[in-house]
Amino acid sequence: MPATCSACCASPAALRRPKTGHALCRACFLAAFEEETHRAIVAGRLFRPGETVAIGASGGKDSTVLAHLLQLLDQRHGYGLRLLLLSVDEGIAGYRDASLAAVRRHHRRSGLPLHVVSYRQLYGWSMDRIARHLGPRNNCTFCGVFRRQALDRGALLMGADKIATGHNADDVAETVLMNFLRGDVGRLRRGAGVGPAGGEGAVPRCKPLRHAYEKEIVLYAYFQGLDYFSTECVYAPQAYRGYARALLKDLEAVRPSAVADLGHSGERLLLRSDLRMPSRGTCQRCGYVASQTLCKACVLLEGLDRGLPKLGIGKHRRLRDKLRDGQPLTQEELRHLGAPAEGEPPEEQEPQGELGTDKEPWGRRELRGPRDLNF
Amino acid sequence: MCQAQEQYGGCGWPQGRPRVGCAQKCMKCKEASPVLVIRVGDAFCKACFREYFVHKFRAMLGKNRAIYPGEKVLLALSGGPASSSMLRQVQEGLSRETAKKLRFIPGIIYIDEGAVCGQSLAERAETLLQMETILQASGFPYHLAHLEEVFDLPSSILQHVPHNPAGPKNSYKEAVEGFIRQQRQEEGGGPSLPERHIQEKLAEFCMQDVARTEGLATVQTEQLIQLFGSVKTLTAKEELLQTLRNHLILHTARAQGYSKVMMGDSCTRLAVKLLTNLSLGRGASLAMDTGFSDDRHGDVVVVRPMREYAAKEIAFYNHLFGVPTVFTPALDTKALEKASIHRVIERFLYGLQAEFPSTVSTVYRTGEKLSATPGDAGLAPGATEPERCLLCSCALDTNVEDGSALQAILVSEQLSQQRLPAASPAGRGCCQGAEEQRGCCTNTTAPGADARADFLPLLCYGCRLTIKDMTCLESLPLYIRSEAERRKRRALMKLEIQEFLLEDEAVNPGES
Repeated sequence: MPATCSACCASPAALRRPKTGHALCRACFLAAFEEETHRAIVAGRLFRPGETVAIGASGGKDSTVLAHLLQLLDQRHGYGLRLLLLSVDEGIAGYRDASLAAVRRHHRRSGLPLHVVSYRQLYGWSMDRIARHLGPRNNCTFCGVFRRQALDRGALLMGADKIATGHNADDVAETVLMNFLRGDVGRLRRGAGVGPAGGEGAVPRCKPLRHAYEKEIVLYAYFQGLDYFSTECVYAPQAYRGYARALLKDLEAVRPSAVADLGHSGERLLLRSDLRMPSRGTCQRCGYVASQTLCKACVLLEGLDRGLPKLGIGKHRRLRDKLRDGQPLTQEELRHLGAPAEGEPPEEQEPQGELGTDKEPWGRRELRGPRDLNF
Repeated sequence: MCQAQEQYGGCGWPQGRPRVGCAQKCMKCKEASPVLVIRVGDAFCKACFREYFVHKFRAMLGKNRAIYPGEKVLLALSGGPASSSMLRQVQEGLSRETAKKLRFIPGIIYIDEGAVCGQSLAERAETLLQMETILQASGFPYHLAHLEEVFDLPSSILQHVPHNPAGPKNSYKEAVEGFIRQQRQEEGGGPSLPERHIQEKLAEFCMQDVARTEGLATVQTEQLIQLFGSVKTLTAKEELLQTLRNHLILHTARAQGYSKVMMGDSCTRLAVKLLTNLSLGRGASLAMDTGFSDDRHGDVVVVRPMREYAAKEIAFYNHLFGVPTVFTPALDTKALEKASIHRVIERFLYGLQAEFPSTVSTVYRTGEKLSATPGDAGLAPGATEPERCLLCSCALDTNVEDGSALQAILVSEQLSQQRLPAASPAGRGCCQGAEEQRGCCTNTTAPGADARADFLPLLCYGCRLTIKDMTCLESLPLYIRSEAERRKRRALMKLEIQEFLLEDEAVNPGES
């Protein structure tokens, strides 16, 4: 029995909103979604007129919808923003090249300027090469840490004041669950802030789609006819976040409001004030934001460059100190840090992809590694 | 975790787990051969395990210094392994030599929830019989209550009673020393004061409770079944059951003069509760729900002394030392995997624990880092108590902050429904397909919607979700409804005189 849209009470309903369960027609849903995003931006005071905003564009549904929405709302409500697309090429064959093609299509259609930064240029290591050395697990650690710096660098180079990412309500809920499972109190506290855009990195960030359900984003893209690339990253199946994601799916099946409820819980968490929290300093080597002497990216890179990829994974403080002091490590310790076993074939040369030769305003030689960029 | 005495050809340990061989010695005394393995590789012999277990209980009470000597403490017994183990610990603790004796006066409460869980009267009577055997054997005064009695509760249950404990002016240490001195004075003739007290009360209460069980009102049983029948989801049922159970325990404690209640939540159960409450939107009250002491009601404090015991340790202890337990089916017994949030989380956590053995303890430790009060500094001077939720008595967490998830939900609800109910003529459009549209028009003809709209602002976020799953609010017990009315009237009063009030009343957490 066809239901009628509960917002306009006139047209037959085309969908049922995952967030509230109401039946809506296409036009009302699109209008509601856009209005909600607009109100979230205004209420959260995410932007100021005249700002340059770099949109983290991966070619996936969240960033495609985000880019589309920001452009639309900026025109409609006069935010006064200058929008750019910023893309990161992690070097995952079969995944990233296809999604970057989607970003380029969007860039051509929308007319927004596009810049691509790649791990290979910035760090000398692509994700595929890292995964070959590291194994199937723990890749998300490298990718995540590198991406944050890559986005910051790209944004600074383009002269952006803010970075907008397409994190949705499901991401926020998964993060709350994951931080609890892993005991990451620092992140729980930082993630709780509802206030204006915070910044852990050098450039302040915001998540305009923070309260939008993932399914609603897909519905929006579908009804709006937006084109995006959707395949899961090849390294994702082994990630710990997968557990949190599966749990969230089950919770949502039992009670659809669980996604928003988790977001609300995350905001209202009260942590003890006597906990020891990391303090914000700078990396001694590259000058990036860090809570230790070296930023995480530098530590990870150090491990990779020395052939000890697990240097940044897990707690190896003692071993790291040994390395820093130049002391030799035993075979056992080397194995802990992921050194390849004896007799393994030497690493092949990294194939030169066409992406590396893309238009680069800053030139190929200028960025060799974190050491070279003065923050 | 296998008992090292049994013959295990191929244990089938997951990779990476250390194997504990039968030739190993107990890790504590290094002499006897171990009978069990707890945690990831600690083998204990029977005597050392017992010592470890008992010591943990006493250390938990001593470290927190929450229970003063001579205090009356109500033990909430469900018949399950954890609370039965707790009862045994209390028994052991009270029976030791004077110097190390636990020094409080215990009572026990058992609540019969059989009506809600679908048990017949005969089954319930049998369970009660089994429980009475255990209760009488303990030697403490006990109270048998039926969940039906919630319909007789006074509405004062829902009011927070500010408690100024006279005790802590002197420190805990002084209180203990004073008590010991007093005891020594009474020594010499007959049992000491607390023991005499217990014997008297035992005689008294046993008579009372027998009378109660015989007068089981079937009307109230039907009311109870109707109440739970009006709740649509299992999640909401479980939440409602917990709320009612807590109210009944609180009432018994207040009526009989108990100032503390001991609950038998184990570490595993608390880890599940932490994640469940997160998913139910109760992030603001996590610390109180899972911490050692819970003082939301003011005069009666709930403590959880079993919170550091893993479920397996408790099970092993009960098995090795013959702690009697009674199995009673719960609401979610034999329910499907995805029937309720509680089930989903429980299954998830147990599954993850099998692969990552530190999961439960990590979640528990994270829970320990939560604080109960906003800012941990208490309320600002001059501000009165924050507004409390009608059902769970936690501080309300529903002040709408800019950019918050709550605000986004309200906006979504608003935008998905018709804004101008007057525009549509009655009988056309909006009410077609009425069963598929929840809350379609603001001016819906269903009378329940208005009552609910008045009721919801009195509740915290989590309780709102529970009430939203109920079809009919009329079946709620009278005490809840009358207290709701009272608060509504008071809020209206306040609105009328708002401009004349000087002091900043009811500071909500989150506002400056």
